[in-house]
Amino acid sequence: MHLIACPWCGPRDEAEFSYGGEAHILRPEQPDALDDAAFANYLFMRGNPKGVHAERWVHTVGCRRWFNALRSTVTHEITAIYPMGTPRPDRAP
Amino acid sequence: MTAQSHRNPTGGRIDRARTLGFTFNGRYYEGHPGDTLASALLANGVHLVGRSFKYHRPRGIVGSGAEEPNALVQLGQGALTEPNVRATQAELHDGLAAASVNCWPGVRWDIGAINGLLGGLFPAGFYYKTFMWPARAWRAYEWFIRRAAGLGLAPREPDPERYDGTHAHCDVLVAGGGPAGLAAALAAGRAGGRVILADEQAEIGGSLLAGGGTIDGRPARAWLDDATAELAGMAEVRVLPRATVFGYYDHNYLGIAERLADHLPPAERAGRARQRVWKVRAGRVVLATGAIERPLVFDGNDRPGVMLATAAQAYANRWAVRVGDRAVVVTNNDSAYQTALDLSESGVAVALLADLRAEVPAALAQRLSRAGIEVAAGSAVVDAAGGTRVTSAEIRRLGADGTTLEGPARHVPCDVIAVSGGWSPAVHLFSQSGGRLRWDEAIAGFVPDISRQAEVSVGAARGTFDLAAALAEGARAGAAAAHAAGFGDGTATAPAANAREVIAPRPVWRVPSAGRGKAFVDIQNDVTAADIALAAREGYSAVEHLKRYTTTGMGTDQGKTSNVNALAILAHATGTAIPAVGTTTFRPPYTPVTFGALAGRTVGPLFDPARLTAMHPWHVQAGTRFEDVGQWKRPWYYPRGSETLHQAVARECRAVRTSLGIMDASTLGKIDIQGPDAAKLLDLVYTNAWGGLEVGRCRYGLMLKEDGMVFDDGVTARLGPQHFHMTTTTGGAARVMAWLEEWLQTERPHWRVYLTSVTTQWAVAAIAGPNARRLMAELCPNIALDAIDFPFMAWRDGTVAGIAARVFRVSFSGESAFEINVPSSQGMALWQALMTAGAKYDITPYGTEAMHVLRAEKGFVIVGQETDGTVTPGDLGMDWIVGKKKPDFVGRRGLARADCKRPDRKQLVGLLPQDPKEVLVEGAQIMADAAAPPPVPMEGHVTSSYWSATLSRSFALALLKGGRARHGQTVPVHAYGKTSWAQVTEPIFYDKEGEKLRG
Repeated sequence: MHLIACPWCGPRDEAEFSYGGEAHILRPEQPDALDDAAFANYLFMRGNPKGVHAERWVHTVGCRRWFNALRSTVTHEITAIYPMGTPRPDRAP
Repeated sequence: MTAQSHRNPTGGRIDRARTLGFTFNGRYYEGHPGDTLASALLANGVHLVGRSFKYHRPRGIVGSGAEEPNALVQLGQGALTEPNVRATQAELHDGLAAASVNCWPGVRWDIGAINGLLGGLFPAGFYYKTFMWPARAWRAYEWFIRRAAGLGLAPREPDPERYDGTHAHCDVLVAGGGPAGLAAALAAGRAGGRVILADEQAEIGGSLLAGGGTIDGRPARAWLDDATAELAGMAEVRVLPRATVFGYYDHNYLGIAERLADHLPPAERAGRARQRVWKVRAGRVVLATGAIERPLVFDGNDRPGVMLATAAQAYANRWAVRVGDRAVVVTNNDSAYQTALDLSESGVAVALLADLRAEVPAALAQRLSRAGIEVAAGSAVVDAAGGTRVTSAEIRRLGADGTTLEGPARHVPCDVIAVSGGWSPAVHLFSQSGGRLRWDEAIAGFVPDISRQAEVSVGAARGTFDLAAALAEGARAGAAAAHAAGFGDGTATAPAANAREVIAPRPVWRVPSAGRGKAFVDIQNDVTAADIALAAREGYSAVEHLKRYTTTGMGTDQGKTSNVNALAILAHATGTAIPAVGTTTFRPPYTPVTFGALAGRTVGPLFDPARLTAMHPWHVQAGTRFEDVGQWKRPWYYPRGSETLHQAVARECRAVRTSLGIMDASTLGKIDIQGPDAAKLLDLVYTNAWGGLEVGRCRYGLMLKEDGMVFDDGVTARLGPQHFHMTTTTGGAARVMAWLEEWLQTERPHWRVYLTSVTTQWAVAAIAGPNARRLMAELCPNIALDAIDFPFMAWRDGTVAGIAARVFRVSFSGESAFEINVPSSQGMALWQALMTAGAKYDITPYGTEAMHVLRAEKGFVIVGQETDGTVTPGDLGMDWIVGKKKPDFVGRRGLARADCKRPDRKQLVGLLPQDPKEVLVEGAQIMADAAAPPPVPMEGHVTSSYWSATLSRSFALALLKGGRARHGQTVPVHAYGKTSWAQVTEPIFYDKEGEKLRG
């Protein structure tokens, strides 16, 4: 059971949250302009890193707000929580 | 046998003033408070407690705690029975009834023992090798195997006991109340931290309860009494006895199973919860879980009377029990010397101590010879003779490399062999936390190495077996943990104890065999050293493979006494170093936890909340049968008198079609959407266009996922230029709300739209049928109701029966209908007013079943029934709702994929069974060719199927490959071994032009 620091509500049990998959997948401005391969890449293809993963979470049974987190898929350690729409804090912009 | 023949008159931590009666395998015995079932049995001279798993060999008590592999008993009877309880952990209470597991007809005469005589036929992987083919015979094999092998029986009745669950937070959680854990708890508590100290035993104290020694110049037991008293006096310290820390999960989240009433006779349990699971989030964790003594692997090492040296010592010191009359002690380390002395002092004649090491600890050996106990250096027990009890030990000298025997054999008569094969730190919780282990040659065991979480292991749990050092480690760790939480300065004074010089153990993983006996590694699962060697020869050289192939370590004890021996023998057999072999994964729980405790109070009605509408009491009074839709209780049908479902639904449907029906539609999801960009949001999530919708009108919408598949549907009304009221399916309300929020927050955060769930703010009564407008006219003076002023798919505010209401002209039944929304508090009043005023039209309440029939007659789909996440709007024949001119909406690009345009996709059709009385099975498969041999290609399936009172015949909806081009064809429909025939039709059966709906 993870302990996740909701930016609005503070540290809460994982059971209060829902996982939203990989972060920083931008919806194309004009999906119609994409060929099938590019669209499939947007819709289906996700990274599966061993180590730090940027991912989305939502405080489902709390404030219902979405946020991003950096979490290790090996140790489950959460090293950063940051707002939607901001870049990964561990990568140079 | 006299009562408690092997109990000493003095000593031990038992209350001789009270006597407790109990039965074991139907026979009456006595013991005292403070006893476990195991100690009480041994006090009565009973060693034989069960038969082994595979060979049905007689087995006795091996340990004195959680490590016990053998003494598993069935406790209690009927609904209260519990299988596979370790007798060493079952506290004795008056009237306790226990029985051996896995022996029939009795423990002394056991039919399955024939397996033991046929032992050569049951090698490692026997089941895999033997029962391979033919595959269909496996059922017969399995029946036989499950009868022959296996442990206790699960209760068949529901559990009448009550369980609790609780959450807790602390600065420092100490797992284990032995000397190191106590020192840690004292240091952290004195610093002022919030401390939880949990220990699995009834009494705190761990090894101090059974051993001797001095702390701070006083007997250790006196120090223990002071320590527990001091902890009890600390306001921020919670001490939990009878509480096993069973699991260490992410982010310092730990589970503790506390036994609240298991130690009480059933009569005294009334009104108490039996067990409680604590879910603890700890700032820091101190693991003081001790160590588990290992057996030695020699021939006949499973005979009753062969037991761990610490166990024999604990029975002597803690329970004043003589485990036998004449003992042999065999050890590869120093610790069993004290056992020999303690046994001798308790009145057990100790014939001999065999030390595998050629060099023995001089001071200890001297004490033994003063007590008249012979020390045989460089020697081992190589065979234990006997049947239901050991009768003698064969002693031989070991060769220098430990693989050969030298000199003559000595046969020493004895009824107990106390064994110490060294110590395995109890690293279970540490490993569960994600920590990495290291092989420590000095102690010949795995110890904690690299931590992943905020924890530290202390004392024997990290291989520190010396009392003084363990106390110091505990105190240091407790103070540091409290300091990390902001309490104290991080220092503590450790209690003083005499340090001892320890000579390293001599690991001899398989004591050489002098004959052909079985030497057991996993005593619970009947895995021998030969099995492991065989598995290694067959190529199962990885430890995880070995485990699964031989089942070593897979019993209820998870190999607490056997795992290290098993992997060491594997390492030897494969010529690998032990650290390279590694360990299998340690998984929670440390010892079994009952399902009841894990479920706690969330059982029965408290398992999941039930959501009730404002009109629910009326439905209950009307004798309604309910259906669960998500968490909602929805009226399913309203039987009159002795009506069946079928009769009631037919009557309800006829009422709607011919006069007037009323339905509680309160459960539909409702979302209030406001803001300047509200219409943009609808344009994004719905397939059709919303900008042009006038205030006062409603529109049906279909939501897709990005892949183009139907996700939800519903009617949305425009309440104002920037204000909408969205309805969703009952089951989809939360999902749709989350979906909208996700799009707003993650993709369109700059839009100004605000969402509020208003599902339970409104109560909704839908009235439908040819008389609906007449009834409305009577009750609703302030809304013009004719079809021109108030057309289909419009809404109006007004009053209904004097109650402020918002009325929608929408219809799911196909009849002229009004959905009357009122504040929830007015729902019951509205319903009653409609029922009263509607009486003249024989207003008929109808439930979800009639609703399903009525909508299916109209060909209206239900998301989740006609759709399953693979269905597009086109598949449903609903291309008309997909905005061709909209540049974008969620799912638009997905629909453009070639796969979504295939003409042979499954498409919604109607089915009319050839036999008009036959209602097809929902889920029945439509076959390509009824005569084809299996596997028959499947072309589709029935999604909805009913009897229609209106049509006086059965009908169905189905998804069928290329179905729209197949109207008129007759197709075979198969379910449960029966094939029926049905004609494919358009998926609409009633009022195709929609005149009634709009009229």
